[in-house]
Amino acid sequence: MSTPMVEVRSVHKSFGSLDVLRGIDLDVRAGEVTVVLGPSGSGKSTLLRTINHLEKVDSGSITVDGTLIGYRRESKASARRASGKGGGRRPGRLYELREREVLRQRTRIGFVFQNFNLFPHLTVLDNVVEAPVAALKRPRKDAVAAARKLLARVGLADKADAYPRQLSGGQQQRVAIARALALEPKLLLFDEPTSALDPELVGEVLDVIKDLAASGTTMIVVTHEIGFAREVADAVVFMDGGVIVEQGPPAEVLDAPRHERTRAFLSRGVGSPRLPGPEK
Amino acid sequence: MSLALSESPSVAPEDGTPESLRIVPLRRTGQRAAAVVVLVLLGLVLTSVVRNEAFQWGVVADYFATTAVLRGLWLTLWLTAVVMALGFALGTLLAVMRLSANPVLRAVSWGYVWLFRSTPILVQLLFWFNIGALYPQILGVRTVDLMGPATVAVVGLTLHEAAYAAEVVRGGILSVERGQIEAAQSLGLGPWRRLRRIVLPQAMRSIVPPAGNMLIGTLKGTSIVSIIAVNDLLYSVQLVYHRTYQVVPLLLVATLWYVVVTSLLSIGQYYVERYYARGQADAR
Repeated sequence: MSTPMVEVRSVHKSFGSLDVLRGIDLDVRAGEVTVVLGPSGSGKSTLLRTINHLEKVDSGSITVDGTLIGYRRESKASARRASGKGGGRRPGRLYELREREVLRQRTRIGFVFQNFNLFPHLTVLDNVVEAPVAALKRPRKDAVAAARKLLARVGLADKADAYPRQLSGGQQQRVAIARALALEPKLLLFDEPTSALDPELVGEVLDVIKDLAASGTTMIVVTHEIGFAREVADAVVFMDGGVIVEQGPPAEVLDAPRHERTRAFLSRGVGSPRLPGPEK
Repeated sequence: MSLALSESPSVAPEDGTPESLRIVPLRRTGQRAAAVVVLVLLGLVLTSVVRNEAFQWGVVADYFATTAVLRGLWLTLWLTAVVMALGFALGTLLAVMRLSANPVLRAVSWGYVWLFRSTPILVQLLFWFNIGALYPQILGVRTVDLMGPATVAVVGLTLHEAAYAAEVVRGGILSVERGQIEAAQSLGLGPWRRLRRIVLPQAMRSIVPPAGNMLIGTLKGTSIVSIIAVNDLLYSVQLVYHRTYQVVPLLLVATLWYVVVTSLLSIGQYYVERYYARGQADAR
């Protein structure tokens, strides 16, 4: 088996005195869909945000496609100096990257937000064109052509000249997905992509994500949609209290959970309707 | 409540279908009386303004478009434009400094705003006018030659304006949702691009109304430079009435010009606001 697309190693993160992530280890294989489930405040959104360095980790490391995110390992000289003391994996040092380098890394990772975060003053087309032109220095003409194809792919070819506010929530989220895809990322991260939507609009967004899954895009999806996890996920991760309680194929985690906390969450989540309101 | 409702008479009348019923509006006698009283008072004031010889409307008309007055108006206009442009450029810089992660830049920006908002513009202007007493020479040039009255006016008004502009711009930037910046970051947009392309255009919606206020305030506020003998609109009419003693009509000349220009600016503000509201109007 090749190295995973995403490797998360003993990641810790706290906000003040609140420990949000308490030692996360996670592998995501290329071409697979990983669904992260868990109650509010379990740290699942924070974990997702550390993967494209929107949140800095306090300790631990995250690698995407073999590239360390947000940091660089110590230089060769200092590594040589440190060698000799004990073999194998040394803790070593991680040096924070300059913002420019972090931004370049982010262009390889697409991120879809719960609240879409489309740019309201730009048309749908300009929302999608912005990043390829600004961050990848693509010629505008090429970026526009690619953007129109992406909009067609999410079923919004006719909305290119509309402003985001003129679209429904489901349409806005589909534009946001097209915008993330415009950078041709190796990895797509979804932070509760349907939680801000009216129930009748959830389906159209999940359909687009399912379509991407079928085309072999590597994705991590934080969601409350257990049905979606069952249908699409290659792996399901259940988080609670800043740790991964259980992970494995959906058939194991969803249908035969080994941990009491997973069972409790699933029985609550499936049986009762979702609580309204965004979760942070 | 439900009891009262159930006891109210049936809506369906015996003498006609509901569509055929005419609705008679309430007679608002009090409102009409108040309107009449206000209109009468207004009429009295207007007739007195027109009839009162002391206003000397003929003199107003004579001086309204004289070269001296138009020159003064021109100075007022360019001084306002320069002070607004430089003030907002410096103000934007101060706002970005204030919102930066660097504590030194934050403190300096805060200190600037504190200092320039804490003293009256009149005092600041007199201070800059007398800067030669502190620094007789600047870079080998006599300060008095470098800082003529017009330069003092530009420098003094700009530095004061920037302090207020900084707060207006900062408020605008803070009004942009944090998610917008995160979205731009996640798309790999650099800090300058984020500010110019994503944050400022959205901030403009909350910047424009107070900036319009400031523009009109600055236009009128430039009249303060008349105290350091800068030949603006007010000073130009003062020069005339010091000679002719026709104080009231010449003040009316200045007044009318100020009203004309501020009215035009208010109309301009409407269109600027509409431009920055694009994509915001709800589909109704």
